[in-house]
Amino acid sequence: MPAVSLPDATGHFDRFGGKFVPEALYAALQQLEEAFVAANADPAFKTELDELLADYTGRPSPVTEARRFSEHAGGATILLKREDLNHTGSHKINNVLGQALLTRRMGKTRVIAETGAGQHGVATATAAALFGLECRVYMGKVDTERQALNVARMRLLGAEVIAVDSGTQTLKDAMNDAMRDWVASVDNTHYLIGSVAGPHPFPMIVREFQRVISTEARAQVLARYGRLPDAVAACVGGGSNALGIFADFIPDTEVGLYGFEAGGEGVDTGRHAATISAGEVGVLHGMRTFVLQNADGQTSESHSISAGLDYPGVGPEHAWLAKTGRASYEPITDSEAMDAFRLLTETEGIMPAIESAHAVAGALKLGRRLTEQGVEKPLILVNLSGRGDKDVDTAIEWFHVDTHGDSSTGAAQ
Amino acid sequence: MTGRRFAEIRAQGRGALVGYLPVGYPDVPISLAAMRALTGEGDAPGVDLVEIGMPYSDPVMDGATIQKAGTRALQRGVRTADVFAAVGAVAATGTPAVVMIYWNLVERYGADAFARDLKNAGGAGLITPDLTPDEAQEWFEASDAHGLDRIFLVSPSSTDDRLARTVSSCRGWVYATSLMGVTGTRTQTSSLAPALVRRIRTLDPEAMVGVGLGVSNGAQAREVAEFADAVIVGSALLNPLLTADDAGRPEDLSGLRTVVADLAAGVRSGTSLASQGLSGS
Ligand SMILES: Cc1ncc(COP(=O)(O)O)c(C=O)c1O
Repeated sequence: MPAVSLPDATGHFDRFGGKFVPEALYAALQQLEEAFVAANADPAFKTELDELLADYTGRPSPVTEARRFSEHAGGATILLKREDLNHTGSHKINNVLGQALLTRRMGKTRVIAETGAGQHGVATATAAALFGLECRVYMGKVDTERQALNVARMRLLGAEVIAVDSGTQTLKDAMNDAMRDWVASVDNTHYLIGSVAGPHPFPMIVREFQRVISTEARAQVLARYGRLPDAVAACVGGGSNALGIFADFIPDTEVGLYGFEAGGEGVDTGRHAATISAGEVGVLHGMRTFVLQNADGQTSESHSISAGLDYPGVGPEHAWLAKTGRASYEPITDSEAMDAFRLLTETEGIMPAIESAHAVAGALKLGRRLTEQGVEKPLILVNLSGRGDKDVDTAIEWFHVDTHGDSSTGAAQ
Repeated sequence: MTGRRFAEIRAQGRGALVGYLPVGYPDVPISLAAMRALTGEGDAPGVDLVEIGMPYSDPVMDGATIQKAGTRALQRGVRTADVFAAVGAVAATGTPAVVMIYWNLVERYGADAFARDLKNAGGAGLITPDLTPDEAQEWFEASDAHGLDRIFLVSPSSTDDRLARTVSSCRGWVYATSLMGVTGTRTQTSSLAPALVRRIRTLDPEAMVGVGLGVSNGAQAREVAEFADAVIVGSALLNPLLTADDAGRPEDLSGLRTVVADLAAGVRSGTSLASQGLSGS
């Protein structure tokens, strides 16, 4: 893996990041960082991880040129990095396999995880099955209802799923409960955080395990088009798929980096999860970053049609990339995301996760904008972070899809 | 300053009692009355230090009891500034008060402004559950500028290096979390706590140490007071307030008074090792 310049030794991306956690967790964070550094220096670790990524996950994931879809993108060519084709259906597995190997190296026998959409929970339960680890997944009660399929998958995989009914009953509260579990169980348990969020070293570790996305994609685009893309786009919840596809492009300053946050019902309605666009700097879940919060610093409730983006914080490296201007972040509303979900499905036969549909919608807008700005045939690489199987119930409701057998059309809209 | 108070109490041959209640639960006025009740009324002994908790949306160090009260307090509109009213109410009784608060709320208020307003209200210091000395530069400056105690937490899992650094960063006393876990009552006192207190005393024989997490009654308070300078109790005090609230009598503090009396008697019934000069000081 390339040399890691940031975060600094204390886990800061300039003023962002850090470790704002109860003292009880310090020893475990230290142990994790040491295990990660040692693993990085151990060729056997890299070999084992690479083998898993190839033989178990199915990497490298392809880059698909979305030809029919691109007709709607104002002259841009949209390329999809197909993380949806990974085993378990999203990019989450890349990080999970890396951390599962670290868990084993640390001699721990149990993993816990938080999950929003359930994709990280499913990936963690999968790795736990593969490695013979005990597994408990915390999921907000609201999310267990809107992602019931993934709850069933996790349980079938042998994981215990806890429906968290404190606070807003979504991802942030699942993370609180996982932290509380960890404070009490740190001796034998690894907290397998699913995004580039939380206290140092998690944002760094998760980024490095997701970096494979951009390492592959950069080479794939160069090989096929003989040049780098003009822009790279991803959805941003905690920010792991986005940093995964940004990482190797960060030094390529001619490549624009775009993160698309959940604009929910619209940023001006207050019902959204657009943390960078509309939040303020604060401390949440062990990190200093942008946080949706009220005047007192109490975390605000976030809203998004997509459970995986419904988070009032964001990884600290994104806060830093936004502040330095290296990456730009924009909100995409629920309905823009659902329109893109439909369009990609109908034009390419690829049904994205609703999270990923935010990136797809963002790329459409970006394609039109770049063309207007005079960029000729812009090449836009989109991270298709996951597939939409888990979201079919939401789509049925949103589009009023007729699910009766005697109908000949797909939708009533 | 709170450390000196603990030392005086130790000289009397007993451990100090620290009682935690959140401001704003069941509502702001009743929470102030409950804190006054903690300090003891008439001839009844009470706590020696009140720890005023500020409810927070994401309290990762807190178990179900404190979470529940905190969530209700926030729903009922508690604001950060209410902490200062609570501090004032406790200070007026002559019993000192410290505030336990998650860092984002302080940062949002402004660390220096928070320290200033806490001091002006008569507060003695701050307990910061999610702020360790590593990230506390601003708080060092603000607490120095306004002469406030800084109480950081240490844990059974703290390495010797970190323990030394944290103990020397504290002013007043050190909060030793007695077990690996979050707040909440437990049926047994922790077996990890005595060793942790010994490690702190080895590093700094003068350090005042409060032990918290899991203490639920007078008998347990007595056990802890035998090896620590202070016993910290929270959920056990909050439980009777939750019961009264659920029964539709939120203003009923009788259950709270019973628990306070039991705990206060507990710390007075033991033969404190500290008073026998065995604590190392
Ligand atoms: C498919 C997919 N994409 C994106 C996300 C958002 O997470 P992150 O921002 O860390 O990539 C999730 C989270 O559940 C997801 O399932």
